Amino acid sequence: MEIQRGSRLRNFHQAKWDEEAIFELSTPGERGIHLPQVEQDISDLVGDGLSLIPASVRRKTPPALPEVGQMRVLKHFLRLSQQTLGADLNVDIGQGTCTVKYSPKVNERIAASPKVRDLHPDQDESTVQGALRVMYELDLFLRELSGLDRFSLQPSSGSHAILTMAAIMQRYHEVRGEADTRNELITTIFSHPSDAAAAAVKGYSIITLYPDEQGMPDVAALEAAVSERTAGLFITNPEDIGIFNPKIADFTRIVHEAGGICGYDQANANGILGITRAREADFDLCFFNMHKTFGAPHGCGGPAAGAVGATKELAGYLPVPLVGCDDGEYFLDYDVPHTIGKVRSFYGAFPVLLKSYAWILSMGATGLREAAEIAVLNNNYLLKKITEIDGATSPYSGGKRRIEQVRYSWEDLYRETGIDTHDVTRRLADFGFHLWQSHHPFVVPQPFTIEPTESYSRAELDEYLDGLRHVAREARSEPETVKHAPHNSVVHRIDDSSLDDPKRWAVTWRALLKKQGRAAAKIRG
Amino acid sequence: MKTVGLIVNPVAGMGGSVGLKGTDGLDVVREAERLGARPWAPQRTARALAALLPISDSLVLVTFSGVMGEATASACGLEPQLIGSGSAPRTTAQDTVRAARQMVERGVDLLLFAGGDGTARDVCGAVGTSVTVLGVPAGVKIHSAAFASSPAAAGRVAASFLTGEITRVREAEVMDINEADYRRGRLSARLYGYLEIPDARRLLQGAKSASAPDERTAQRAIATALVERMTDDRCYIVGPGTTCRSLLEMLGVEGSLLGVDLVRAGKRVGKDLNEREILAQTVSSQCSLILTPVGGQGFLLGRGNQQISPEVIRRVGKENIIVVATAEKLSSLRGRPLLVDSGDEEMDSYLCGYYRVVTGYREAAVYRVFCGV
Repeated sequence: MEIQRGSRLRNFHQAKWDEEAIFELSTPGERGIHLPQVEQDISDLVGDGLSLIPASVRRKTPPALPEVGQMRVLKHFLRLSQQTLGADLNVDIGQGTCTVKYSPKVNERIAASPKVRDLHPDQDESTVQGALRVMYELDLFLRELSGLDRFSLQPSSGSHAILTMAAIMQRYHEVRGEADTRNELITTIFSHPSDAAAAAVKGYSIITLYPDEQGMPDVAALEAAVSERTAGLFITNPEDIGIFNPKIADFTRIVHEAGGICGYDQANANGILGITRAREADFDLCFFNMHKTFGAPHGCGGPAAGAVGATKELAGYLPVPLVGCDDGEYFLDYDVPHTIGKVRSFYGAFPVLLKSYAWILSMGATGLREAAEIAVLNNNYLLKKITEIDGATSPYSGGKRRIEQVRYSWEDLYRETGIDTHDVTRRLADFGFHLWQSHHPFVVPQPFTIEPTESYSRAELDEYLDGLRHVAREARSEPETVKHAPHNSVVHRIDDSSLDDPKRWAVTWRALLKKQGRAAAKIRG
Repeated sequence: MKTVGLIVNPVAGMGGSVGLKGTDGLDVVREAERLGARPWAPQRTARALAALLPISDSLVLVTFSGVMGEATASACGLEPQLIGSGSAPRTTAQDTVRAARQMVERGVDLLLFAGGDGTARDVCGAVGTSVTVLGVPAGVKIHSAAFASSPAAAGRVAASFLTGEITRVREAEVMDINEADYRRGRLSARLYGYLEIPDARRLLQGAKSASAPDERTAQRAIATALVERMTDDRCYIVGPGTTCRSLLEMLGVEGSLLGVDLVRAGKRVGKDLNEREILAQTVSSQCSLILTPVGGQGFLLGRGNQQISPEVIRRVGKENIIVVATAEKLSSLRGRPLLVDSGDEEMDSYLCGYYRVVTGYREAAVYRVFCGV
């Protein structure tokens, strides 16, 4: 029997447990597992165990870990899990640029099987032929998808992959004796901010191009930006506003003519898989996110993996080891003449690579293209429907369709009602939705970014649309309801004023105690 | 309990509907009335005040009697405390100044004023940055950054500030154009000063966004980049604006926020110079010119820095112009180019093209400068 509801909107109410940090649950002496006493004959043989460890690396004080019983640990994390939202719980299309698609659970089971779980990266190559084959074939799939010639699967995330591209670019110029003069990296304001940030970590000065009136990166600005100082260009296409840059070949040409390297940030590849490739746009380097685009959970839902590809000319700079195959035998290939070395321990986040390998095999070549086409179709369905909402617009569109996501604007709504994009975001939380705005600075005023991917059904897209329409209506009829949202969440408002204050921010428990002037020992009781 | 001051310029905006391009001065008000203009500032103010109604129990609203605030506030259902009255039969700019000063003395937490650039100038002249203010856009000319983008937005930002949701403030430009010139077809805007407004950009951010550095942090990053490339043998002509001021602060010298200063070897060698003084002091050495776009329209030259004349620019040379702006400021231009209006068309077209705008430490944008003003 079908459940009849007046609206597709759900009345979401977040669980609230007022949960402490696990460090605050600590009781001295409490343990998750009490180990049995060591039998006499064993201790006779190995001593107390500690003396086997050289004195120089032995801790003088025990680590300040929380001391919590097993059952309390379980409850703690179950409670926290009830306070979260995520792709497996809600219609998670409001986290634009993140490509939050469905991650098939069967792939989790494959990755969790003892055959995978019990592998050790120090095992002899002859005993891990299956794992090496997975990595080798994944490399071949990505070559096909990009047109480039060889991939390293070592980086642990998209940003890490960008950092790897920057290292390769730097090494390339170093080998040519130009590393000192070529110290500028060009990117665009609508490319992912990591393109600038990761290159800055490698010491590059960052030159950012702003869009022209149509939202395209400005070719004339690029011509003015390149010089003998240009190390390269890192750019996304489509950019984060969902517009594909048809002049991309001009961009790579201009940078090549100036002696730079072109790196393609393919974090936004979900709408172009099997349709356009890095090779045809004449990129030297590219990377894919094996999480998100290729079905493994997005970074925050588990570890990530970024695969960096290079043309023949730059393959000799990739991190070692690569995976090779010689007459049916797979091996770790350290023969990479100009290699930048390792960017991570061992060979990459293998379980993530395996999940994406399984995903690609299950989709097949036509399936990948179909996924891209459906992602684009879903996006343009939303584009049409969202721009029909009074108060929402899609700047730069000029009636044109977008690829896989759109950066919309609530500016009209804001001018009319004073309800801004943050208010809308908070109100949507009452219906179990998340809505993300944009990277900073906000180039699109009052922005919000939506990327529906291929995973969501029409009914789910409509449910989300109902949420947007509802809040836009409320902004006029009941602005206070919107302004004081969320009404059903654990924390009403978060004070984010410390986020850009190094004196107050803390990313670890120890840092928090230090900045609050509390001693770790006190907490330990 | 928070106290909010309200000043309504009752004639603001009247000139606009009848094509007068402004409402500065009594003669223009009379002319506007003769042409049938009706007051519209009260209804704009009412739109903003609507957002304060839900928090009225925790607010004391102070204002002047009648059209300067009382009438609108009462009509909205608020109960204002009156601290004075404007001139009869017509209120004047002096009334705005007097009201603003009295509100500062009264210790208001926020001063809400409804008007246009002329009103913003009057408030700025009266209180400077001694109190946090916010403009409700109700005038014909709105070039100043001290205004919210709409009356409704002004109300929301005011409510968020008064309830403590917004805690940060920032300095916003007060610009005005000369109305008489404008009626004759010439746009000559000036930077009059700065008002302190709530920093509405600092509201809660989404889960994915890293925090945006506040404007001061971004300006300090720019200043660091500039100091690193400054050499002792050059002189630096430093234009007006808060971004340029942060450079002088980093050098430990006191500059003039609205004027042009001269720096050599880390020392200030001239403050608030006019064109003749700049030329006189830059005869003997190579110079660089540090400019930041002023106001919301992106003018690099010709708005508030006319002392940097075509002659000064010829002396410096285009290649020695260093443009600085925070990424936030560039983004606020919404893709519009930077503008130059030096008063010399030949000079303007010479200045056109793409510039490297220093946006941070080892960060720059390539941005277009356009002269088709």
